[in-house]
Amino acid sequence: MRNLFASMTVLGASLSAAPAVVAAGLGQPVEWQMNLQESASPVMTFITDFHNGLIVLTTIICLFVLGLLIWVCVKFNANANPVPSRTTHNTLVEVVWTVVPILILIGIAIPSFRLLYFQRDFPAAEMTVKAIGNQWFWSYEYPEHDVSFDQYLKAKDELKDGEPYLLATDTEVVVPVNKVVRVIVTANDVLHAWTIPSFGSKIDAVPGRLNETWFKAEKEGVFYGQCSELCGKDHAYMPITVRVVSDDEYAAWLEKAKTAGVEQAQEHLAGILKTKGKLALGASGGSAN
Amino acid sequence: MANATTAHDDHEHNPTGWRRYVYSTNHKDIGTMYLWFAIFSGLVGGFMSIMMRWELMEPGIQIFHGLAHMVYGIGDTSADAIDAGKNMFNVFVTAHGLLMIFFMVMPAMIGGFGNWFVPLMIGAPDMAFPRMNNISFWLLPPALILLVLSMFVEGSSGTFGVGGGWTLYPPYSTTGQPGPAVDFAILSMHLAGASSILGAINFITTIFNMRAPGMTLHKMPLFVWSVLVTVFLLLLSLPVFAGAITMLLTDRNFGTSFFRPEGGGDPILYQHLFWFFAHPEVYILILPGFGIVSQIISTFSKKPVFGYLGMAYAMVAIGLVGFIVWAHHMYTVGMAVDTQAYFVAATMVIAVPTGVKIFSWIATMWGGSIEFRTPMLWAIGFIFLFTVGGVTGVVLANAGVDRSLHDTYYVVAHFHYVLSLGAVFSIFGGWYYWFPKMFGYMYNPTLARAHFWIQFIGVNLLFFPQHFLGLAGMPRRYIDYPDVFAGWNYVSSIGSYISAFSILIFLWCIIEAFMKKRVAGDNPWGESATTLEWTLSSPPPFHQFSTLPVIR
Repeated sequence: MRNLFASMTVLGASLSAAPAVVAAGLGQPVEWQMNLQESASPVMTFITDFHNGLIVLTTIICLFVLGLLIWVCVKFNANANPVPSRTTHNTLVEVVWTVVPILILIGIAIPSFRLLYFQRDFPAAEMTVKAIGNQWFWSYEYPEHDVSFDQYLKAKDELKDGEPYLLATDTEVVVPVNKVVRVIVTANDVLHAWTIPSFGSKIDAVPGRLNETWFKAEKEGVFYGQCSELCGKDHAYMPITVRVVSDDEYAAWLEKAKTAGVEQAQEHLAGILKTKGKLALGASGGSAN
Repeated sequence: MANATTAHDDHEHNPTGWRRYVYSTNHKDIGTMYLWFAIFSGLVGGFMSIMMRWELMEPGIQIFHGLAHMVYGIGDTSADAIDAGKNMFNVFVTAHGLLMIFFMVMPAMIGGFGNWFVPLMIGAPDMAFPRMNNISFWLLPPALILLVLSMFVEGSSGTFGVGGGWTLYPPYSTTGQPGPAVDFAILSMHLAGASSILGAINFITTIFNMRAPGMTLHKMPLFVWSVLVTVFLLLLSLPVFAGAITMLLTDRNFGTSFFRPEGGGDPILYQHLFWFFAHPEVYILILPGFGIVSQIISTFSKKPVFGYLGMAYAMVAIGLVGFIVWAHHMYTVGMAVDTQAYFVAATMVIAVPTGVKIFSWIATMWGGSIEFRTPMLWAIGFIFLFTVGGVTGVVLANAGVDRSLHDTYYVVAHFHYVLSLGAVFSIFGGWYYWFPKMFGYMYNPTLARAHFWIQFIGVNLLFFPQHFLGLAGMPRRYIDYPDVFAGWNYVSSIGSYISAFSILIFLWCIIEAFMKKRVAGDNPWGESATTLEWTLSSPPPFHQFSTLPVIR
């Protein structure tokens, strides 16, 4: 069963991802995208593989039902078959159409549970970020480092270098690449939800609760998400930005953030990235067009 | 004797004019009122959806600031108007959902077709509690008025209406919107809920006690079975909803803290209570459609339903399992992983009886002599579109994948495929199937087919691209979106205009039928329409079955 699923996954990837791969942008959606955003974490890779398998399976089921419908409409319309049969029972087919779906569902459930436990059995965290939802912005704390800041939507006239409106924010959560980051999520006023699609992470921000998710970004760049729980008039205007950088760059940013504040740190980091030619990664890169 | 009975019926129990409807205890008149009510609410809710699609046709805010200025008169500065528009969009999202669920689909299926055809199909003269039937209907207009009023009183400070979505999640529905709008909406839901509970009691009693001699449970038409399962779901789930929104009400107004963390409560508790009701509720919306489709498929395939008992008990199974899957709407609230795993498994189970139904419909057509009359088009369309909505439901059942898709347009696409294309297609199927019976006139089949094909194209164009938007990560309930989502949103909006046009054809089709007055005859569908309503005249007499029919 697992082999079958694996081969279907490959088929699914080649079928469904074909249009998306060409135009895929890292960390953000692209025009006319038809599939999930490009993965940048082990969880999202697992989700993508699993979902590609599901696409194939569900497409086959839909086509099978459509085919049967067309077949009966052609074969058994009043012209082709003027005298209807009176058959109302056939134990064999009834058993088959009960048992086969059960087998298919078991085939789905096995990788589904593996994915679920992979997502929600948290590996040992190498660092922690706390995200707090507010109407209508996010606040962040780095509890291990006494760094905290707010994150607001960037207005249209503040955008630079092709930053996408409604995704870009004034500050960025900065994390090192290939580190397990634990995200503690809560809210101050009403429900919000914190997500980065490319990381396969989404968790509700609930007042009075500390929720938890994690990601391990495997690629450097800028990754965008948007508030995913209706929270009032500016629900669409409180995006989330995470910038993934190398260990050195993260250390430099953190040092500056602790001593001179987040705004200084961000400019400092931008300077470093620019000299390395890395600022083109992600948001401001070629994928914007 | 026969003459005396007729005279008696006509003169003592047949009030005329407005009394006939306001005082009505007649299941057919009440059913007709439910249907007109549903059409009215559907038009209002549909208008709202067109406004939303118009808004979402392009990135940026196109129309809602203008709408807000027009309706509420706020927005002397453009920033104010934009803010009011953003809020109004959320109000439309909320009202569209509540209208379509509580004031369109439920009144059409249960109140309309259920009232009309459950007594006819089981050979009963009327419902068990005719006066209760009257109050069940007449609770709905005040409920609708309260909901409409809620849009014109203060919600969150400085804005009008309830903008929290039909789920009314706290704290946005409590501390987030302190104005009285949410109270209006809660009371509206209380009335609509009471209406449905009374209706449910009425149907259960009618179906259990008033079947004609020989009409055993296992001989009942599948539509009656579907209503029976549905009303049990209503009876068992609505009180939980009433409790949940009552707690909202007291949290809002009387200082309780059921859902307020600062007082020891928990916002997630509301979500559990809500979905304990609302998951059965979504089956309430679709189950009568299953019944309608079974009748139509059987009639126009000229065959009895394949696997009748399997079909009936598949609905019972769907109803039962429907009560133990609620938290699959809540995979991202932070539930323990084992809890999520349970809800994944339980949810997948539902695919099995649903699959049995899909395949049994096709098997009913297999070997049949199918006539593609208008109702059959809707039924076949239903089967395919419900399958599409069903398989995306299986995708969403996996908590691991739902992590990516929760609260995105993928979910919007999924539930519109099962409701807007599933439930609504079955309602239209039932409408074109029973229209000649209910009103005695035959509609113009060419118009009716045009309605079907244009709506079929429109809704698919409308909702299929939303799968792509959801996969790409576009969250739902957004008035504005990044430019990259513009393409599919544009296509989706075009689809919504096409389906809106098809609704105009639907309305014209009704008017045309009443103008032309083509006499339909007692049974326009031929002898394969075997249920009892086709043995009566069209429209049926004011009181039928004075002598109970005997089922062999």
